[in-house]
Amino acid sequence: MNNLLELKNISAAYEKQTVLRNINLSVSTNDFIGIIGPNGGGKTTLLKLILELINPTSGEIKKHPKLNIGYLPQVLDIDKKFPITVEEVILSGRFTTNSWWKKATKTNKTKCKELIEFVGLTEKTNQPIGELSGGQMQRVLLCRALMSQPNLLILDEPNTYVDKAFEQDLYKLLHELNQNMAIILVSHDVGTISSLVKTIACVNGSLHHHKANTITNEILESYNCPIEIISHGIIPHRVLKNH
Amino acid sequence: MNELLDFLNYSFAQNALIAAILTSVIASIVGAYIVARRSVFISGGITHASFGGMGIAYYYGFPPIVGAVIFAVLSAVGIEWSSKKAYLREDSAIAILWSLGMAIGILFIFLTPGYSPNLMSFLFGDILTVTLTEIYFLIALTVIIGIGLYLFYEPILYTAFDPEFSKITKLPVQKIKYVIGAIIAITIVLSIKVMGIILVLSLFTIPPSAANLFVKKFNQIINWSIAISIVGSLLGLIIAFKLDIPTGASIIFSLAICYIILHISKLALRSKKSLI
Repeated sequence: MNNLLELKNISAAYEKQTVLRNINLSVSTNDFIGIIGPNGGGKTTLLKLILELINPTSGEIKKHPKLNIGYLPQVLDIDKKFPITVEEVILSGRFTTNSWWKKATKTNKTKCKELIEFVGLTEKTNQPIGELSGGQMQRVLLCRALMSQPNLLILDEPNTYVDKAFEQDLYKLLHELNQNMAIILVSHDVGTISSLVKTIACVNGSLHHHKANTITNEILESYNCPIEIISHGIIPHRVLKNH
Repeated sequence: MNELLDFLNYSFAQNALIAAILTSVIASIVGAYIVARRSVFISGGITHASFGGMGIAYYYGFPPIVGAVIFAVLSAVGIEWSSKKAYLREDSAIAILWSLGMAIGILFIFLTPGYSPNLMSFLFGDILTVTLTEIYFLIALTVIIGIGLYLFYEPILYTAFDPEFSKITKLPVQKIKYVIGAIIAITIVLSIKVMGIILVLSLFTIPPSAANLFVKKFNQIINWSIAISIVGSLLGLIIAFKLDIPTGASIIFSLAICYIILHISKLALRSKKSLI
């Protein structure tokens, strides 16, 4: 299994406004792709296409029959007052590979326990999610994404709203996971992402996949990714050139 | 006490008791779901829209409960559908349905020639006139909801918690939502007999909210909520009988008192803990 996913000449639109135009992207085993781009540039749309939440207006998405996606949404999208426990949230990740009407098996529960241990939240297993910090919630969502043993892990802005201490742990974790699965990471934080990922895709209406993890000033400017917007006012290219 | 026991010899009183208990069970289960999903307002819309169906059924001589169920289910599915398509903002869609349903109901009851049914019993409920047929409906619904919840507990919980992620994991989110929407609608209509259109929402919201003070797991909320609701409803019935006041209002009062007592005891427990 080499090519997990291939997007060919994909365009996507909301109502009548085209958000993505003629995009090509292929994802192979052990890839670690960082997706950057300005707000409104189509990062979320790209994820939704891959996750089959929306259909492209044109083009073709080829998927490997064994493609199994684990998804980590933005923490802010979660209703933290919902009456559900850590264990329940993580077990909900199993349906990608299990039939929807089947109850959790012993194997599922063992897997869940391992994952909770892996992220160091064992004592929180039966706690409601309302009692978790942002970083802990992030880890629970990561476990949920890993529950069905995916071969492609997709993370949407995992470094927002997370404490700095956990951010480093998260990156170490992702580096480990990358030995066994491809990872796509969407981020607005160009600085942290470039040291972590293997390649960078810049999305701004169109998509340009650079087969390296250094972001040069030239890349950003020539492919129409205004760095002021991505970097929220910092000047990242000066820092990034050093990588 | 003796007169209470004498009172229970009447079949209408026994029916009222059984109806109160069954309604407590189904309203607690459905209520826990509604509260968790933050769709209390939608449920209010469904409740009031069902009055339109009652009015039309009366006018054409069908059993009003049939008209109410049809209207309630259609509006539940309609709200789910219209919010998905996003033609209309959800809260506006609900408000329109809410008042339109009431208007249709009032109009058709006004137009019904001859004997006009007692509006008050629709609006405020009349548990003492529950019929045996309605008890059978309640039993059937309780069984269906119980089995459904047992079999599909996790898919129900997960689609309510995070529908987008559930879609990604290939849970049949939309189908589950439509089925639950229909169940909510039918539960509301059957509970209207006990509490009336205006008061029924409290039966769905007070017990789960009270339960949520102490437990944070969905299935625990359901269990506690059922217990609180049964105690509150029976207490309400007894008070209504003793003081000769309307049952619906009396049940709400006793549920609210249960909530306040539980809330105070929670605060007391917490301050005791912090002292230690």
